[in-house]
Amino acid sequence: MQKTVSLTVNGKPVSATVEGRTLLVQLLREQLGLTGTHIGCDTSQCGACVVHVDGEAVKSCTLLAVQAEGRSVLTIEAVADGDTLHPMQEAFRNNHALQCGFCTPGMIMSALDLVKNNPNPSEREVREYLEGNLCRCTGYHNIVLAIIEGAAVMRGEKPAVAAE
Amino acid sequence: MSVIGTPVRRREDYRFITGQGTYTDDINRLGQLHAYILRSPHANARITAINTSAVASAPGVVAVYTGKDLAAEGIGGLPCGWQIHSKDGSPMVEPPHPPLVTDRVRHVGDQVAVVIAETLAQARDAAELIQVDYAEEPAAIDPVEALKPGASQVWPDAPGNLCYDWHLGDLAAAEAAFAKATRIVRLDLTNNRLVPNAMEPRAAIGEFDRATGEYTLYTTSQNPHVIRLLMGAFVLHIPEAKLRVVAPDVGGGFGSKIYHYAEEAIVTWAAGKLRRPVKWTAERSESFMSDAHGRDHVTHVELALDNQAKFIALKVSTIANMGAYLSTFATCIPTYLYGTLLAGTYTTPAIYVETKAVFTHTVPVDAYRGAGRPEATFLLERIVDLAADELGMDPAELRRRNFIPKEAYPYQTPVALQYDSGDYFTTLDLALKAADYAGFENRRRQAAARGKLRGLGIATYIEACGIAPSAVVGSLGARAGLFECAAVRVHPTGSVTVLTGSHSHGQGHETTFAQLVADGLGVPIESIEIVHGDSGKIPYGMGTYGSRSLAVGGTAIVKAMDKVVAKGRKIAAHLLEASEADVEFKDGKFTVAGTDRSKTLAEVALTAYVPHNFPHDELEPGLDETAFYDPKNFTFPSGAHIAEVEVDPETGRVTIVDFTASDDFGRILNPMIVEGQVHGGLAQGIGQALLEGCIYDKETGQLLTGSYNDYAMPRADDLPSFKLSTNVTLCTHNPLGVKGCGEAGAIGAPAAITNALVDALKPLGIRHLDMPATPERLWRTIQQHRSPLAAE
Repeated sequence: MQKTVSLTVNGKPVSATVEGRTLLVQLLREQLGLTGTHIGCDTSQCGACVVHVDGEAVKSCTLLAVQAEGRSVLTIEAVADGDTLHPMQEAFRNNHALQCGFCTPGMIMSALDLVKNNPNPSEREVREYLEGNLCRCTGYHNIVLAIIEGAAVMRGEKPAVAAE
Repeated sequence: MSVIGTPVRRREDYRFITGQGTYTDDINRLGQLHAYILRSPHANARITAINTSAVASAPGVVAVYTGKDLAAEGIGGLPCGWQIHSKDGSPMVEPPHPPLVTDRVRHVGDQVAVVIAETLAQARDAAELIQVDYAEEPAAIDPVEALKPGASQVWPDAPGNLCYDWHLGDLAAAEAAFAKATRIVRLDLTNNRLVPNAMEPRAAIGEFDRATGEYTLYTTSQNPHVIRLLMGAFVLHIPEAKLRVVAPDVGGGFGSKIYHYAEEAIVTWAAGKLRRPVKWTAERSESFMSDAHGRDHVTHVELALDNQAKFIALKVSTIANMGAYLSTFATCIPTYLYGTLLAGTYTTPAIYVETKAVFTHTVPVDAYRGAGRPEATFLLERIVDLAADELGMDPAELRRRNFIPKEAYPYQTPVALQYDSGDYFTTLDLALKAADYAGFENRRRQAAARGKLRGLGIATYIEACGIAPSAVVGSLGARAGLFECAAVRVHPTGSVTVLTGSHSHGQGHETTFAQLVADGLGVPIESIEIVHGDSGKIPYGMGTYGSRSLAVGGTAIVKAMDKVVAKGRKIAAHLLEASEADVEFKDGKFTVAGTDRSKTLAEVALTAYVPHNFPHDELEPGLDETAFYDPKNFTFPSGAHIAEVEVDPETGRVTIVDFTASDDFGRILNPMIVEGQVHGGLAQGIGQALLEGCIYDKETGQLLTGSYNDYAMPRADDLPSFKLSTNVTLCTHNPLGVKGCGEAGAIGAPAAITNALVDALKPLGIRHLDMPATPERLWRTIQQHRSPLAAE
């Protein structure tokens, strides 16, 4: 059954006709062309599809598109301010926190959610928070460093000097 | 200042951190249709009937095809790229591997039919209307059981389910050494089956251009030219000139995206039939039952030592699971990428290895990060630790006593390889120091006081990378060359495009290769573009696997740059009215030696493309050079990894307290990227040791670990931060001195972790643990050893 859903995506109002079973991630990728949000599994385990819905991190494969009616969605495409990267994006680049890049959008969206709730996370807290985001390339080592650095910069501290 | 050896930040990152990467599933072509593959729910069943008549009228459906439709058009099977011969000289059994089956399914997930519709949802819905009548038969799942009389037979042409029975080494010499040994250590072990699980599921889009007759395949591949060759020549019979294969951004591979898969052929063929693009993307559960798996060995190993604790002989007997079909490179993994590594870092003079490859009703098994070398390292480093334990010797000292001496290179092993360089002593010392080996027993006591069992495990490894000298692998059964190709194109105003046959799917080639070219041509890194992954742009390529990209692909770039400089020198000599022999090239400038007269590379390039004043008699215009590089030998990265663990005997839970890796990768171009490669490899190696195991029900052949709910992927809170260091001995046979770093972590870590766990549990009398050492397995093992009565 087709339904119309209206929501705000990356600050812009959008409307789309979807099936009842259409997932939010499918709406974003297939109808709105926002392919930065990825699908890495079918059991809501991997976190490649994390977006923010009304400011909260959500796995966009766990939400039907129709459930996003009237809500505000932020995806990786709108995290930077124009050409100026967000400090968390900068921190991912500076710390080599990505390799193939597939998990990266979800990681960054999750990291932003963590820092919103815990502006100064410890290594342990970062590792435990990342339970819901799988990465197969980095061993998480540099992702953890990046999130700690990104959080520091977001608190107003100077970015760490580029590693050696 | 040279950018070589500096941690240049990755140039590819911007698109990934802003969500602008272009992975195959991100691509949508005009008029695109969607394919859904109907897969077998059974491990072994005869197909008595397929009725697709209800499908055609389902909403949105454009076509439905079965194996009979493909067979009717002469579509070939997926080829195997390496022929192994058995001990008796007979060639391996090579069963057919059609993209869609015709009369029988041979593993859960086998491809039965494809439905193509306007939307994916329509294709999936319609697939439910296909009626397949299966006559189920018993399955052969366990590779040891599959070899036994009475086991269900996977292929009529492979009696006893045997694909080949291969061996390497001198059995008589090994047995003679065993006869005079003062100690023999024996061990039975398994190397657990793994699912590679690159985060991006496989995907493919086939397209056909009616105007030109050209096919294009977008695919998640580590080697698009190889796919073009295999699919074009063997499966679809499309000449290379009419087939373009593009591997755009690829979200990790780890070996699983080397192979030519059925879905690639299906969408390409269907696109030609239907005259519309056809897209297929795996769901993760499909990945689990259709991506090639890794490892899956059952091994018996015996090590003979003399009275000086020197290893005098090694005998290894392995059963390797091939799965139901032979994947592209499956057959070389438990043979020439495994048996040849069994000297490890040691001087063992006599080695004999035999491998029986077995068909089972499971997904094909092929290379996964490390591919044969983790299996070799695991058994060697386990048996060495057991030997140290039985001798009451320090395991570090036993290793040192048997290391190949620093002055022994080039070192010929008894299993065919010749190591060119290495220094295992220094590498081990670096690791021992970083891990505070000397202070370990104190830490063990402190842990014991807290009720925890603490252990430390060492693993050293050697790997053969830079795959591979074509003539050598050809003599061993490879059906392909394993060179690499690069083109260096200097544009008229001095910017540079590099076309490389290596493929980057996380390795950072766009950065490392640009560093290489910036240094070689004296051009700013911003003026260099690295292009990969498109057979329509790149002259040729064998792709990325076996830690080969820098050693082989990077060397091809060096060779192409050498040609550019050689031609540029002639042009500069002409412009400067000097003798070519007097023109030097340095920092991007051609200079007449001893003068200040010079021409920049950009000036020379402009002359090459606007050849008004040009040595036409001697040279052609343009400054665009291609090189193919075939390596002279493998490269031999090596290292020492040390794990320190604590086990909670009440719960079986393991904490990795410390993980130290000291590696020798030869020259390092970008230390940041190299460290990242090691981190990722370690995570996969630790995953194998502690968490990951692909489990089939041994009766029904159902895949019990078919999703991330059941298959334990390493998560951030399962892993420690890693302590890394490097020791550098240069590769002697490539101009960069590089050895490769991509697989090291996955090779060293399983043995280091398992050795640490066994060390921790030694007080209970435990001498070996199979992987993965999950809390449940550890807890049961601990309970069994604590009290014989608790064993049941």
